[in-house]
Amino acid sequence: MAVAIWRQIESAHMICDVCKQNQATVFLTQIVEGKMQKVNLCESCSKEKGVTDPTGFALADLLLGLGAAQEIERSGGTTKCPTCGFSQADFKKTGRLGCAACYDTFAEPLEQLLKGMHKGSEHVGKVPSRLMRSMERESHLKDLHRDLRKAVADENYESAAQIRDRIRTLENGH
Amino acid sequence: MPIHNILTHTGEWMKGEGPHQKIVVSSRVRLARNLRGFSFPGWAKRSERISILETVKPRVEELPEMAESFNVYSQDLSALEKQVLVERHLISREHAAKGVGSAVVMNKKQTLSIMINEEDHLRMQSIRAGLQLKNVFKMIDKADSGLEERLDFAFHPKLGYLTACPTNVGTGMRASAMVHLPALVLSEQINQVIQAVNKIGLAVRGLYGEGTEALGNLFQVSNQITLGEREEEIIERLNKVILSIIGHERNARQMLLQKRSNTLFDHIGRGYGILRNAYSISSKEGLNLLSFMKLGIDLNFFPEAWRQVIDELVMQTQPAHLQKGSQAKLAAEERDAVRARIIRERLVDFPRPDLDAARGSAAAGQDDA
Repeated sequence: MAVAIWRQIESAHMICDVCKQNQATVFLTQIVEGKMQKVNLCESCSKEKGVTDPTGFALADLLLGLGAAQEIERSGGTTKCPTCGFSQADFKKTGRLGCAACYDTFAEPLEQLLKGMHKGSEHVGKVPSRLMRSMERESHLKDLHRDLRKAVADENYESAAQIRDRIRTLENGH
Repeated sequence: MPIHNILTHTGEWMKGEGPHQKIVVSSRVRLARNLRGFSFPGWAKRSERISILETVKPRVEELPEMAESFNVYSQDLSALEKQVLVERHLISREHAAKGVGSAVVMNKKQTLSIMINEEDHLRMQSIRAGLQLKNVFKMIDKADSGLEERLDFAFHPKLGYLTACPTNVGTGMRASAMVHLPALVLSEQINQVIQAVNKIGLAVRGLYGEGTEALGNLFQVSNQITLGEREEEIIERLNKVILSIIGHERNARQMLLQKRSNTLFDHIGRGYGILRNAYSISSKEGLNLLSFMKLGIDLNFFPEAWRQVIDELVMQTQPAHLQKGSQAKLAAEERDAVRARIIRERLVDFPRPDLDAARGSAAAGQDDA
């Protein structure tokens, strides 16, 4: 559960966590499941990271992105995504992934991270309807193949022929 | 449709017609989607981004919802035009920073806008006035279903819709309501409300993110979780929380009227005096004082007929909207002077606060927000 609060303080003597050069003027506090994390940013880095974003959506992303990066770094390794060449260092820098395949490449460290950030780690919402239809078709086909094997084993050839015809129709029909 | 039409006509959500519109300014739902087989926009090379854009844009324009649409490549919008769209919440600040390889398509009513190659290949959002999260979700869900018949979205059997940032994976959905809570701020109860809302996994942010004392007493409440919960559940939960916040704000208003009426009258009276007489008003001061005028209308200090003027001023006095009419870019000082002049001119016939009418509505406990 992430909670993001930020405030701007005029006179402070802290260095920006991102550029490590300028004086930090924006202080972010993130609370994830009771654990507090702090990020200090200078004016220009906060702008660059979209902390002043009026739509407000970028802030939590930034915070979780930084948290996420630390998590991935802790998990070690220098894996690169075979599809897009994205590395863990890139994730640390941006808090974003490179492509859809990164979710498989970095599956292990991401799983822990997603658990902390969300409710469980499995999607239970909408499924694209075309995909749903093809998934249903595949699962139907799998069932039919199983029935076919059983019919053949039982020497029930009449039934096997019927099942084989249905499999053909389904495979050719789409 | 030319950009000119979009910029000169305000969108439907800004006209303020919707359930609980006195406290809930707008409801918004956005979905993040990506195409299978392409890098996410932040990692894709320029040529890849352009090819994504040319794949997606025609499909978006084909949607029946986009029959009368406005679409533009990011490089064809000036910085000021982009900022106007940001102030109207039609594009994000991140999208405003994009150039070649990005575009936005929006419908005529400005209730539906689809950003191409923002942080994700598609960021689509619908926005309506008042509290109508379910309707807003239905609208964007329909557009999404229309698009997925034409495009292959990156979808993982376990993780759902895959997004550039892991905070959005799953449903890719962020639902939010913008609420106007002047009484909770004035009675210093706002932090308690924010903490309570945070505890149940929702985020509260200011309009322009200035900590808990948000600009213009405007707050955005949104879901944080996108994985492990169905879209409808998320919407339902958020809706319940917003209804409860409305209840708290209404109670706080009644308490102010009954127990701290002098403080309330003072804020409204000062706001009235400054807005009608000042010659320099910053964007922040403008929003805060207009917030009290809006509260004043809600509580019968001012006639209902003035609501639209005040709502329009909130938008018109934002920095980019303010400069839209003028040829040259204005310095901050000039902007503050122009802002004060616009407000003075529009409020020249704005009546003095009617304390008796407000007291009357307090006695009757009347507040139909």
